[in-house]
Amino acid sequence: MRLERDVIYIILASLLLMVAIPWMAGTLSEDIFFEWPFFFEVAIGGLLSGVMYSLVALGFVLIFKASGVFNFAQGAMVLFSALTLVGLNEMGLPMWLSVIVTLLVMLVLAIAIERVVLRSLVNQEHIILFMATIGIAYFLDGFGQTIWGSEVKNLDIGFSQEPGFYFDGLILINDFDLIAAVIAGILVIVLALFFQYTRIGRALRAVADDHQAALSVGIPLKHIWVIVWAVAGIVALVAGIMWGSKLGVQFSLALIALKALPVLILGGFTSVPGAIIGGLLIGAGEKLAEVFIAPMIGGGIEDWFAYMLALAFLVFRPQGLFGEKIIERV
Amino acid sequence: MTDNAHAFLEVNNIEVIYDHVILVLKGVSLEVPKGGIVALLGANGAGKSTTLKAISNLLGAERGDVTKGNILYKGEAVESLNPSDLVRRGVVQVMEGRHCFEHLTIEENLLTGAYTRRDGRKAIAQSLEMIYDYFPRLRERRSSQAGYTSGGEQQMCAIGRAMLAQPEMILLDEPSMGLAPQLVEEIFEIVKKLNQNEGVSFLLAEQNTNVALRYSDYGYIMENGRVVMEGNAKELSENEDVKEFYLGISTEGRKSFRDVKNYRRRKRWLS
Repeated sequence: MRLERDVIYIILASLLLMVAIPWMAGTLSEDIFFEWPFFFEVAIGGLLSGVMYSLVALGFVLIFKASGVFNFAQGAMVLFSALTLVGLNEMGLPMWLSVIVTLLVMLVLAIAIERVVLRSLVNQEHIILFMATIGIAYFLDGFGQTIWGSEVKNLDIGFSQEPGFYFDGLILINDFDLIAAVIAGILVIVLALFFQYTRIGRALRAVADDHQAALSVGIPLKHIWVIVWAVAGIVALVAGIMWGSKLGVQFSLALIALKALPVLILGGFTSVPGAIIGGLLIGAGEKLAEVFIAPMIGGGIEDWFAYMLALAFLVFRPQGLFGEKIIERV
Repeated sequence: MTDNAHAFLEVNNIEVIYDHVILVLKGVSLEVPKGGIVALLGANGAGKSTTLKAISNLLGAERGDVTKGNILYKGEAVESLNPSDLVRRGVVQVMEGRHCFEHLTIEENLLTGAYTRRDGRKAIAQSLEMIYDYFPRLRERRSSQAGYTSGGEQQMCAIGRAMLAQPEMILLDEPSMGLAPQLVEEIFEIVKKLNQNEGVSFLLAEQNTNVALRYSDYGYIMENGRVVMEGNAKELSENEDVKEFYLGISTEGRKSFRDVKNYRRRKRWLS
């Protein structure tokens, strides 16, 4: 990952805006409560929820990087893995065993997707593969709920959901969110290293650039696709565990994929670190906007703020912060 | 030309059909001896690329099928292998239009060529050095993204990438495409060197008949999915018909296309 100067400017500018706008809003308007500890509490809460978005976005990045396909089924995979995990746990398996079995299920799923769907679509347009992933998404949504039922399930992995006070009791932070952030951080570092420095990682990026050329140098597409879908499945499981224990395992988990979209546009579809930075910016941005700007215009901007940011990015930097430049030789 | 019963690479009367309907190759046979450079010549659409892809088994991805005939490499049938197995056995194709991985650096591009190798980092690093010695230009640009390098550098990168698989046979499709004459010369010069020093055999598809015949030992001329003529490179380049129809030179001076006799001669020659 090369840090361009523009990227640093954009990030610094957004940080500055995130501090300046709430502060100005607080001083100018009497409706808005502004104090520094409260500001940091909101900001940190936002950053941590942003990490949760990043977890979902990561799965998209993986498959996009390795096959140039936007995997519409990523949200469905999150739901499916969480459902499987809870279902196995309810059947009486201990949690650790359920996790291992779910990982195996995700691997089998990856193999099945390659066999049934991807293999016959080698060298087709990306849009056709994208449509195929829509099919996979609906199949997984339905299939998971057919097997494990569609009621809301509770997923308890033993982490405390209680908020804790930090910095002399000034700031309230959810411990669970902190753990999620650490896990996401580890996941990102491992994945980034894997893509940049391993033989398989290089092959994955090669396949993303040019299927046929990858075939011609002897990279077996079949294996690569199984690997990448399996890794995306693992990431989906991590996201599923985190989101599932936060919101309960239910159909709406499949929809959090939509929150990953603006994250991807901000961070860039092809960058693992980008997914994290994008998630942090979106998470913090939308919480701060909700608390410090929304009261002035009547509230409720958390839901669309992220998409608006993404739109602005599409205009000025379509490849996102860290995305691969669209190479055009003239 | 042949050692023992079989040549190094032997294509016997293959027929290729795309999409179950379009007949592209109508019985093509050719041979490449070990250590040779063989040129496959002909105009656009003659079937040169298809022949190469049939050998490297890249046809499957384009919905093409070898429906008749067989392909023997070192005496073994290879039609049903997948491209990866074939690379492992030592046959690599360099595709038309280079197809470098744009977002990977030149060095990463070269390293992808070593994907099938199992002989360890050190050996691969050595091969990488060897490629940089053959193509000093690539060493200079090793850390730039391939998408930003020039056409010539990309062609070198594609050949270097194929070499990293330690092949015994390279199928080189149209290396001169879109390159300046001087650069074409440079690239063929290196192909010749790789052939002599590393013992790699080449089957190259070319439209640039003139250059291709100068650097190869043997040539096949294709028209409409058939081989219409073959011979030693030297004989071919001295053949009157080849001179007139492919090299654009003639002992009798310029010909007019209105000249009926000439037209008849070409037609008879084609069918």
